[in-house]
Amino acid sequence: MTDLLQLLIAGLATGAIYALAAIGFTLLWQTSQTINFAQGEFVMLPAFFALIAMNWFHIPLPIALVLAVLASMLLLGAVFRYAVVGPLLGRGVLPLVISTLALSVLMKESVKEFVSAQAESFPTLVPDLVIHFAGLSVSIAQLGMLVISLAAIGLLQWFLGGTRTGRQMQATAQNPTVARILGVPVERMILYTFLINAALAAIASILISPIYLAKFSNGETLGLIAFVAAIVGGFNQVRGAIAGGLLVGVLDNLAAAYVSTAYRQAIPLILLVLIILFRPQGLLGRKEERAV
Amino acid sequence: MLRRTLALAGLAAAGLWSGAAAAQDIVLPGVLELSGAGAVSGTMFRNGAAMAVEEINAKGGILGHKIKFEVVDTASDPGKARAAIQRALDEKPIAILGPVFSGSVSATEKLTADAEVPQIMGGEAAPLTLQGSKYLFRTSFGQQSSMPKIANYLRDGIKAKSVAVVFVNNDFGKGGRDSIVKELAARNIKVVADVSTESGQADFAADVIKVKGANADAVFVYLNEEESARFLREAKKQGLNKPLIGETTLLGQKVIELAGDAANGVKGHVGLTIDAPIPAVQEWAKKYEAKFHSKSDHNGIKGYIAPYMIKVAAEKVGKLDPKAIAAALHGMTITPAQEPGILIEATWDGAGDIDRISFLGEVKDGKQVITQTLPKLKP
Amino acid sequence: MSTRHSLLLGLVLLALLALIPADLTNLGIPYPGLKRYGTYILTLWLVTAIAAMGVNLIVGYAGQETLAQAAFLGIGAYLTAIAGKHGVPFGLCFIGSGIVAFIVGIALGFPALRVQKHYLAFVTLAFSVLAWLVFRNEAEITGGVMGVRDIARPIVFGFKLRNAVHFYWFVLAIAAVLTFALWWILQSPWGRAFTALRENPLRAESLGVDVRLYTLLAFALGSAYGGMAGSLYAPLVEFIDPSPFALGPSLLFMLMVVVGGSGTFFGPFVGAGVAVLLPEWLRAWENYYLMIYAVAVMVLMALFPGGLVGLVAFFTRKRSRL
Repeated sequence: MTDLLQLLIAGLATGAIYALAAIGFTLLWQTSQTINFAQGEFVMLPAFFALIAMNWFHIPLPIALVLAVLASMLLLGAVFRYAVVGPLLGRGVLPLVISTLALSVLMKESVKEFVSAQAESFPTLVPDLVIHFAGLSVSIAQLGMLVISLAAIGLLQWFLGGTRTGRQMQATAQNPTVARILGVPVERMILYTFLINAALAAIASILISPIYLAKFSNGETLGLIAFVAAIVGGFNQVRGAIAGGLLVGVLDNLAAAYVSTAYRQAIPLILLVLIILFRPQGLLGRKEERAV
Repeated sequence: MLRRTLALAGLAAAGLWSGAAAAQDIVLPGVLELSGAGAVSGTMFRNGAAMAVEEINAKGGILGHKIKFEVVDTASDPGKARAAIQRALDEKPIAILGPVFSGSVSATEKLTADAEVPQIMGGEAAPLTLQGSKYLFRTSFGQQSSMPKIANYLRDGIKAKSVAVVFVNNDFGKGGRDSIVKELAARNIKVVADVSTESGQADFAADVIKVKGANADAVFVYLNEEESARFLREAKKQGLNKPLIGETTLLGQKVIELAGDAANGVKGHVGLTIDAPIPAVQEWAKKYEAKFHSKSDHNGIKGYIAPYMIKVAAEKVGKLDPKAIAAALHGMTITPAQEPGILIEATWDGAGDIDRISFLGEVKDGKQVITQTLPKLKP
Repeated sequence: MSTRHSLLLGLVLLALLALIPADLTNLGIPYPGLKRYGTYILTLWLVTAIAAMGVNLIVGYAGQETLAQAAFLGIGAYLTAIAGKHGVPFGLCFIGSGIVAFIVGIALGFPALRVQKHYLAFVTLAFSVLAWLVFRNEAEITGGVMGVRDIARPIVFGFKLRNAVHFYWFVLAIAAVLTFALWWILQSPWGRAFTALRENPLRAESLGVDVRLYTLLAFALGSAYGGMAGSLYAPLVEFIDPSPFALGPSLLFMLMVVVGGSGTFFGPFVGAGVAVLLPEWLRAWENYYLMIYAVAVMVLMALFPGGLVGLVAFFTRKRSRL
């Protein structure tokens, strides 16, 4: 029983990170039909911004982290939006997919070449203590990961639902044409989703790197899992992405422990296939009507 | 349409004709992992080899000819390694260095054997030297040499009756796992857990839980660098307090650095290490660090001795003939007195396996400490 | 361009391709041909192009997505390698690979097409990873991570194709047949149905085209091409392990088809050429070549989403005004 709980906690902690990545992914898709194949690398890179700030410029940790988030929002948000996605909006999904695929390679190779080809340790925000109770070992860092991720998600939900800009963003996500007619500044809303995605990715990066180490290849598995989580949860709802992320995190751990570690990668994918066959809108998604 | 076709064809024309420019220099290509899973190992090997080539060239080269050492990246992919070896063979080299990863070596050894060119590589999987190639040479123990030593240590030193095996599911880890399982079975030690992990895996919670549940007397961990560090940290966190035993990598510099104090208490067999209590090796490690501004691991040593092997063999036969060099290496013993570049006395047998002293070590206070020196199999 | 001209052009290209690696000095022509490695790369290009043609049929003509082409290559490669080790002649392995891949394609595609368009992409994504896991984990059958080594070259009418150029001609012949077959399919009513699918599936449906059937056929056929390419890949490299058949290479196939020019006839050849040859050209910039490659792809997509064929068309179009 304690094993199960231990796995649940571990699964929720990583699941929260997947959720952050999946939310951004979903937002981009909803507002601008962008499938970002570089999402995993978006979660890999900000940690390196922080490491560069600390190791090359000797900037103290808290400021380095803030700089990392800002740099992400600038490069992975605004520049990504205008330089990469911009020219391809409206030209079909495939060229954009290929472009983001190429972008992921560029990001990976740049870090590998110009920063480090090896894994680097990353300083932790939360002290790396372990508390033992009731036979469980929980690291404060892991708890911190879970709490901070949920806080970020909560903040986002409040923003989307409770502020004017947030509701405008939702309108843009649901139907950009109508939103435009209603006077919503659609272009600006789209930019906001890119900025939010970048910020969420940066937070995920800062949270995950102390435990999992920062390495240029981290994005590979992360990207795939974010993608799966987003679809499993429901590609057209933010709360779907949250549920998807947590579910995939937990399932991955349970599969490794109780099914087979050699096939652990298969379980979330089998879930994906079942979902799209029997509930294509995802667990929490809304059924999409076909546009004629 | 025709115009378009011709334009496209024109775009494709160049690049297929590779020009080789071998002058008087000895061509020594390196086919190594500079990216992908094997990047760390391959880069260290290359650095060591480059250092040796520089030293040899500074002293006049081999039989009066300088060595031209160029490296091609296999990206840790056996298919690319194969293509790279074919390309290297086109240049009529004296020998080929690399790859390090056993899967890539396995994919390429027939090519060098067919071309009768010595291949001096860093792979450790047991099957490599059992395929009948007369041109393959090791620079470190094959798993058929190192795993028996570990199994002996588990049986006699740790007195374990049951062992949990954790391995990375790639050519390196799977080969090691197959070897150790065989050796443990031969010593009547039960394998109570057989946990496969992925290269690049980040979360080891489930794996540690599985190992804990198996309740073995000892845990044999055979992963790549980062994954070893992550496993050790998770093991410490969950309070896995059984002896953690490894082979070279687990007690290595990088793992100790990344795992912090989770690495303390790890024990194991170290085939080759820069922390060996041998002055020549210690000095070499300092030289390496001064040149490359980072610490080497055992792969650096492997790469370093390879050009020296060629030098000694070539000088023995008196000519730069790949076939003769390979024949000379079989059964040859090179001592540091004879050639300081070999660092530790080594002997190669008819299959290309290497025989050398090795060590048992432990990680204490963030450093690798050698606790025992084991003799050569055939002193 | 008329059918007769197309066929003539095809034959000329075929002849040129056959001559590239050949050493013509014995015939008095001062052309030394290619060395072993160059011929190998050229053969690899052909094999890649066959698989890319399959992807192009699925993506460019039928308007679907496939993220599993490398897995189908794997099926063909492992089938050929393992059956070959047991003495099955290459011809059977080759045809078998095509058929098995076709059947697997039908099996994969059939349920997914009950649902909506994008979902074929997801099913192929899952299949891609699952296939790779099976290739890697089932070591008893596939050799696992160590793979299958020393795969023999096929014996054709008593000739053992160990020579690189002979094997190249063999692959070229097969590639020519497969290309011609695809061309013929695209000219036929089937081909026109595929194009209708790409342009507007709903409209095609309303006009009586059985969308599901044709999409399924396109997917299965494209995957069969992947299987057959895999069957040629195994004897070419003479060694297979799971790594070329993972998700990454599948994505690379999509990339090469789009970069080459999705939905164009020569797109896959150009794309395959870029994927295979570019690393060789950029070899001088060892460390940076992937970055240059990535930036080039991004710029190309931004300026010419129609791929390289689109780019060339853009520049050559101006001349032929009429």
